[in-house]
Amino acid sequence: MFSEAELIEIEKIKKRYESPQSSLLPVLWMIQEKEGWISKDSMSYAAELLNIPYEYVLGVVSFYTMFFKKPKGKFHLQICTNVSCMLRGGYELYKYACKKLGINKEEITSDGMFSIEEVECLGSCATAPMMQVNNKEYFENLTFEKFDELIEKFKKEI
Amino acid sequence: MTKIILKDIDDLNTLEVYEANGGFSALKKVLKEMKADEVIEEVKKSGLRGRGGACFPTGLKWSFMPKVTDKPKFLCCNGDESEPGSFKDREIFERNPYQFLEGTLIACYAMGIKTAYIYIRGEYYRWINIIEECINQLYKKGYIGKNVAGSSFSTDIYIHKGAGAYICGEESALMSSIEGQRGYPRVKPPFPAQFGLWGYPTTINNIETITNIPEIINRGSKWFASVGEPKHPGTLLFGISGHINKPGVYELETGTPLMTIINEYCGGVWRGKSLKAVIPGGSSVPPLTRDEALKAKMDSESLKEFNSAIGTAGIIVMDQDTDLLEVLTRITYFYFHESCGQCTPCREGCGWMLRILRRISEGKGRMSDLDLLISVADNIEGNTICALGDAAAWPVKWTIRKFRGEFESKIQKEEIELPNINKVHSIRHTDYYT
Ligand SMILES: Cc1cc2nc3c(=O)[nH]c(=O)nc-3n(C[C@H](O)[C@H](O)[C@H](O)COP(=O)(O)O)c2cc1C
Ligand code: FES
Repeated sequence: MFSEAELIEIEKIKKRYESPQSSLLPVLWMIQEKEGWISKDSMSYAAELLNIPYEYVLGVVSFYTMFFKKPKGKFHLQICTNVSCMLRGGYELYKYACKKLGINKEEITSDGMFSIEEVECLGSCATAPMMQVNNKEYFENLTFEKFDELIEKFKKEI
Repeated sequence: MTKIILKDIDDLNTLEVYEANGGFSALKKVLKEMKADEVIEEVKKSGLRGRGGACFPTGLKWSFMPKVTDKPKFLCCNGDESEPGSFKDREIFERNPYQFLEGTLIACYAMGIKTAYIYIRGEYYRWINIIEECINQLYKKGYIGKNVAGSSFSTDIYIHKGAGAYICGEESALMSSIEGQRGYPRVKPPFPAQFGLWGYPTTINNIETITNIPEIINRGSKWFASVGEPKHPGTLLFGISGHINKPGVYELETGTPLMTIINEYCGGVWRGKSLKAVIPGGSSVPPLTRDEALKAKMDSESLKEFNSAIGTAGIIVMDQDTDLLEVLTRITYFYFHESCGQCTPCREGCGWMLRILRRISEGKGRMSDLDLLISVADNIEGNTICALGDAAAWPVKWTIRKFRGEFESKIQKEEIELPNINKVHSIRHTDYYT
């Protein structure tokens, strides 16, 4: 799966830690960056690469919520509904988004563009309600209108 | 108001401006003039206490590290910042990253540490990139790596990116996560200073704690000890959210009255409404009633009076129309979702509390449920490997105690027969591939 350059990168990462298995999280991040999610095959590959059992890798992947166990839409929307966001309309935004896109948790729109997830506090409580996209960029102080604009913008990016 | 971290200097987040404003003078001073022990002594005298929630004296923690050992030693900077209502470390990464990194270097020097890991929650993609760039700059400039600032001291700093798990902010779970495992907390003792990362001596400190260090060295422990409340000196980065006019991060001295923060700095409760309750230190600490909020001062000692705690100084403001049952249910769902699942009281207890709260919300509550909730909370508290159990129990126990009338009003008069279903498991144990 990994290119020569990526394998060299992994060797460099391994040197940061006292045990090779410590590079598992960075390696899983690299896989997800490449593939968009972490499949069973990817887990076997990571296990072989770091010389640890497949079951061990499965245990780690299933523990951390940011590792995707299923493919997601091109734009995976992660809307916070934890308490500070809830007080400022986090749930309303989440429900609005589900309705607008016609999907629920774990679902992907038929064109493969969007998927949605309700997430826990992302440290953006003062700029609630908010959403993260694809585990990366934050969009804060959202309103329904701003959300609509973002969706249009994402559609154009493809 | 004294500013130690979020100073009013434009572009302080660039290396040039940071250096032009005395940046790295503290590091150079300790490398040239101070022995490692003297640095620890200075931090002890400053009275600095941990900003990660437990308020443990930092100098004392550092002194637990073995002085003479042939083993490697490690520092973990805790930037997991996942407690709902907390968003202050993010502000440091953004506005004063070099002061944090200078503090990290001084901490390494004081404890004879050659490797530091900065654990940042995976969601902080943007801030991880910022810190990575800063670290690269400092390697280039010779502040990190071999012979720090031309001295005989060498140290490396690496970022370890989390992957979505609140529990990894707990110090022993954080170490599990760095070791590439599920984020399981470990039984203490042995404490990290004896048996930490890979079994080697390790110290874990919060980002804000470490960012205070350069100013303690520059301006002296005496000065630091004189700022704010003497028993919990310095400033705190208060993160204010919820029903408030000007939410955000405010650096203020410890001991500042809560209402001063709400009214003078944050423009008061939103929409001209009155206050119902305040959570003063992140979702895990007991809430304050309006009357308590009027009297409360924001430091670890003063809040004890109201059976609450300063936690991460994340203040969540709730107006008169807030449904506290809804708030408590959401908070409890969070701890249920985040329980790592090792300890039965926490894994099962959080699920029970959630189900009871939900059935009250559905109009199927019974009067005895309120005492049942407190009883479940009491049986979680203190009976788990780490403090996540306590964090789940406190809000339930204290919100019901302090606002019992509101909860009673949600309960129907007549008793309702309930089906007896007992199976509840931590989400982190059922999230298998299907
Ligand atoms: C469930 C749980 C979550 C925690 N999350 C964090 C966190 O995100 N950041 C943090 O600095 N400390 C967190 N802590 C506290 C750490 O265990 C530890 O006390 C702290 O990082 C020590 O740093 P300090 O002494 O500088 O405060 C958490 C504790 C528990 C029990
Ligand atoms: S509660 Fe939503 S970001 Fe903190």
